[in-house]
Formats: sequence, structure tokens, C-alpha cells
Amino acid sequence: MSAVVQVTGLSKSYGDVHALRDVSLSVEQGELFGLIGPDGAGKTSLYKILTTLMQPDSGKATVLGLNTVRDYRAIRSRIGYMPERFSLYQDMTVRENLEFFAALFGVTVRQNYDLIAPIFAQLERFPNRRAGALSGGMKQKLALSCALIHKPEILFLDEPTTGVDAVSRSEFWEMLNGLRRQGITMMVSTSYMDEAQLCDRIALIGNGRILRTDTPERLVAGLDEQLWNACADNMYGLLEAIRKLPHVAECYTFGATLHVVAEDGFDPEAAKRQLEAGGLKNVEIYPAQGDIEDLFIKLARNE
Amino acid sequence: MAKNSILGALLRKEILMLKRNPFIPRVIVMLPIMVMLVIPLVANLDVKHVGVDVVDNDRSQLSRRIAADIDASEYLTVTGHYNTYDEALRSLERGKSDVILTIPPHYERDMESGRFPKIDLAANGVNATKGALGANYTIASVAATLRLTAAMSPGPLTSAAAEADSNPVSVMYMYNPTLNFRNFMVPALMVMLVIMICGFLPTLNLVSEKEKGTIEAMNVTPVGRMTFVMSKLIPYWVIGLLVVSIAILIGWLVYGLIPVGNVLSIYLAAVLFTLVMSGLGLIIANKSATVLQSILMMFAVIVVCQLMSGLFTPISSMPEWAQLITYAVPPRYFIEIVRAVYLKGTSVSELWMQFVILAAMGGLLCATAAATYRKRS
Repeated sequence: MSAVVQVTGLSKSYGDVHALRDVSLSVEQGELFGLIGPDGAGKTSLYKILTTLMQPDSGKATVLGLNTVRDYRAIRSRIGYMPERFSLYQDMTVRENLEFFAALFGVTVRQNYDLIAPIFAQLERFPNRRAGALSGGMKQKLALSCALIHKPEILFLDEPTTGVDAVSRSEFWEMLNGLRRQGITMMVSTSYMDEAQLCDRIALIGNGRILRTDTPERLVAGLDEQLWNACADNMYGLLEAIRKLPHVAECYTFGATLHVVAEDGFDPEAAKRQLEAGGLKNVEIYPAQGDIEDLFIKLARNE
Repeated sequence: MAKNSILGALLRKEILMLKRNPFIPRVIVMLPIMVMLVIPLVANLDVKHVGVDVVDNDRSQLSRRIAADIDASEYLTVTGHYNTYDEALRSLERGKSDVILTIPPHYERDMESGRFPKIDLAANGVNATKGALGANYTIASVAATLRLTAAMSPGPLTSAAAEADSNPVSVMYMYNPTLNFRNFMVPALMVMLVIMICGFLPTLNLVSEKEKGTIEAMNVTPVGRMTFVMSKLIPYWVIGLLVVSIAILIGWLVYGLIPVGNVLSIYLAAVLFTLVMSGLGLIIANKSATVLQSILMMFAVIVVCQLMSGLFTPISSMPEWAQLITYAVPPRYFIEIVRAVYLKGTSVSELWMQFVILAAMGGLLCATAAATYRKRS
């Protein structure tokens, strides 16, 4: 099977800032591929190169078998791109935006309406509302519809769920799943680690480097660390105290608890006694299930 | 064919955005009207209300008539009668008057005896134009009085009038016989409006797309660079012609100014000139990242356009090096065409040079605008 996106040894710097360093990855046909990393990791730079908006300093990228530098024209009519910033015309209505983007690709809204129907359904109720007057979640749906209206073979989504509420986020991922069932290859970037689990394969990116690429399950399974949850009344005091304990590699806040990365010889009972002797109350330490975020922290630590 | 439909869609979008904009359409209509109605009335270089202080040392019939005729003139007003030159000078220093006219003692008697005494004139040079023109008007008024007096009472005065008339210099202002400032101003304002509207609007339009981020979605589409740039230029060509029409209409209805030559040649020049200004505007837009940057840059360009194109100050009175620069300032040619057609009735065939230069500049600037518009970085 041929890769829809093939990136090899891609580098890009802005002056002294290295946005991408020797990045290689490939996205297969029909995949929902996640690019996971914190802000400033280089996600948007990679997107700009793949969508032909920017040229790399070195390395090569192909999309649909076409070179992003040489064949940029051919690429543009076959991909869909939803930039991080809402980039539709806010003064134009929902329908006008959709028709406008359809016209730019030489298609009509009716031709490809089936593809966007599940996404556009909610927007149909107010076709004459101005795009700028839509709620955040609705704006996302409209932007997605406009990026899809020419039935692209691959869809690039740059942080589509940033700044969107939790309900809209899960709704949005539901829509992406629907598109995947229709066979559209997608590359989604996000800084929300919990969204990684929803992808077929993910690449972890940090500091302009690809740290790992695999399925989320295998990545988490490869997390060969003893991981413990810890909590107490005084969480900040606990964090400080645990970091001073022996056989503790790392301790960081994780949601409402702390995650403790232990080394061999760590005894949770002994640790609990020692912490309570130190004046902390209601200390609890129990095994934790690591996820992508733990992996990310581990990889960042080893950098 | 596909390209045309894309351009069509882009143009429809531009028109929609323009209609939805609460501000720009008003500017397009109101700015020409305001400028054409107000500026010619206030920014008037016609010198009026020149204050003349009279120091009459003669107190004869003739000297009194000279003063009365000055006061009766449309441009001159006698602001005071003084006994001595020093008193009059103090009034001039306080800014109450512009010119001091001193009539020597026994002026009438000397005149009749054929000795041709001299009237003394002193003008305030602080406001150079007013001082110089005021002095000239005063001289003209005195000469007229002497002539009239001579005609009514034949005698020695005739020779004095002959003396006044024998002034070999006689000025006749061609094409603008009354030297009416409006005839000069109205075409200039028309040019200024096109400079402002066709220079600023496309620039602001393109840069605000950059600022709002809409350009990002646009750049990933297969829309060609030339098509996109055309979609930004064409609406402003239409608007430019609209502005010119409003200006011509007001020039005719309010100031009674009708081009002596063919109006169509003004439109032809306007088409070429809007091309120049909008192309220039887009180049600036391509080079700036924010609206603020582009506005500052555009201001610099517009100041040069207004001051170095002969719009308000004649090119011939600039230093030589500056005159050379004006050849590169596009409005120079548009102004030459508009004034020539309006005041002299010159035809396109006589102005072909200006038309060719404007067309060349317009083509070059629009091509540069398309070339500097980068979809990729």
C-alpha cells in the first residue's frame, strides 16, 4: 500500500529557531493519523510544508505521490486544509462561504453534499447567518464543511479542537470517524493528549523532532515503567516530598492526582509511611495506568 | 473557462464583502462629495480681502478717488487711513493690513503739471502670495483710477495715464482667463480622490485578509496568483471610475466646470491611473504584514504623489533635481491629462505620450503586484 503522505528528513528553521529537525513520517491510505505535541513543537510548520504553503530548508515531502515543492499546483486541488485559525469570511453567510469554496474548486455544493451532509446538518437550520456570528463549535463544522466540499483525498486539520468545548470536541471527533469510514485519509494535529487515543496511528512531536510513531495502544504498551498514582490533602506538599524520596525517577501532576515514575526497589507502603511521618495526611499510593501523556513526559525527559 | 468562473466567484465575494462592510461604501461615495464640495471653497489660492492702509499726504480729490476705488475693488479693502507711514506700518505689523499705499504731498498738483510723482507701495512679504498679488492688484487699481480720471478731464493727466498704460508688460492668463483657482483645483481634487481611494482601499482589503487569516484558506486552493490579484484589482477600477464620475458631476453642477475636451479621454486616463494606484497599493500590501504597516507605507507614497506631481505646486517651480523625480511620479501624467482636457480641450492624440507612460506604469505595477504576491513562503 502506498503512503498518502511521505516525509523524509524534513528540516525548517526560522532564523535561529529550528522548527523542524530531520522529520520523517508516513501516513497510509485511509488512516486517521494524529500529530501529537505541545504548542511550539513544530506541528503547524509541518502542516504548512505539506499543504504547499511553505518550502522546507532540506528534506523531501510527498503528498499523494506529488512533491510538495515541485507539484504544488496539482496538490492544492486534491487536498483539504483546515488551518488552526478560523479562516472563513466572517462577513459572509454560512451558505455563501460554502458556495464560494465550492466555486474555487470548480464544483457545486450539490455534487459533494453527501460527504458533508452529516457535518452540515446542524448548520442547515441557519444558512443565512454570518459565519462570524456562529458559536465556536459551529464555526468548526462550517470550516470542516468548506475544507471538504471539493471531496479531497486527504484532509489536513491543524489543531481543529483547540478552544472548543468538551462536548463539541467529542462531536468533532465523531465526525472525523464518520469521514474515515468514507475512506478519507486524515492528518490531525492536537495538543490534547487524550485525543491521541482516537487516532489510528500517532506521531509524537516535540521540539521539532518526531519522538515516536506507532498506534496509541502499542505506544502505551511500550511504556515500561512502574507508574503509581499518589494523592494527599496537601497536594503541593506531597509533590515536593515525593520528589525527595529514594527510588523515585519523577513525579508530576496528572489531572487530580500525581503520577510517580518509580525505579526498581520502590515500595509504596514504605513511601506512604515515610510521607505521613513527614506530616502529610491521608496519603494514598496506588498503581496507575500510563497513557500517551506519561509517554510524552518520559520522552521529553530523555531528550 | 474554469478560470473565469473562479474569477467570477472571487469577484462576487469581493462585492459581497464590500456590501457587508458598514464603512467602505460610505467612504467611496461621501469622500468625493465632501472633498469636491468643501475643499475648493476653503483651499482657495485666490487672494481676496487684501487689506490696504492708505497714507494720504495729499488729501486732494485725486488721492481720495484712488483710495475710494481701492476700497471698491473686489479684492482690496481699505483697512485704515493714517497720517504717517509709521502708524500704517504698526497696523501692518499687527497683521491688520497687507499693503501700505503712500501718496506723496501735492500729488495731484504735480501730476497736473506733468511731473509724474511716484506713489509708494509697501507690501507684507510674510504671506508671500498675498503680499505680491495684493501689491499687483493695488497697482492695477491705481492705474485704472488714473486712466479714468484722464478720460474724464482731458489735460495734463492724459499723459500720466499714458505713462501708466505704457507699461510694456501686459499679462494675459491663457485657458484660465480669470485665473480662477477652482478651474485649477477641481481637476486636481479629482486626481487626489483617485489616489486616495484606489491607493488605500485595495491595500487595506488585502492586508486585512492577511490579518484575519482568511488568506490562509485561500492560498491552499488552486486559485492562481494572477486570478486572485485581478479579483482584488477589478472592483477598485470600477470604484475609481465611480469616484471620477462623482467628481466630474460635482465639478459641472456646483462649479459649472465642463471639460473643454472630450470627457471620454478623462475616463481613459482614469482607467489607466486606477490601474497604477491599485497596483502600487497591492505591492505595498504584499510587503506588509499588518494593516498598520501598510497604512504608514501608503501615507508616504501618497504624500509624494500629492506634493511631487504638480497637484498643488507647479512642477516648473521645483528645483531641477526634484523636477527629474516627478517623471517617476505617476499622478504627474494623470494631472497633465486632466488639466489639459479640462482647460485646453487637448485631445488624446496630442497627449499620447502621457497615456502611453500611464499605461506602461500601470501594466508594470500590476504585474509586479502579481509577482510579489506569494502564496508560499
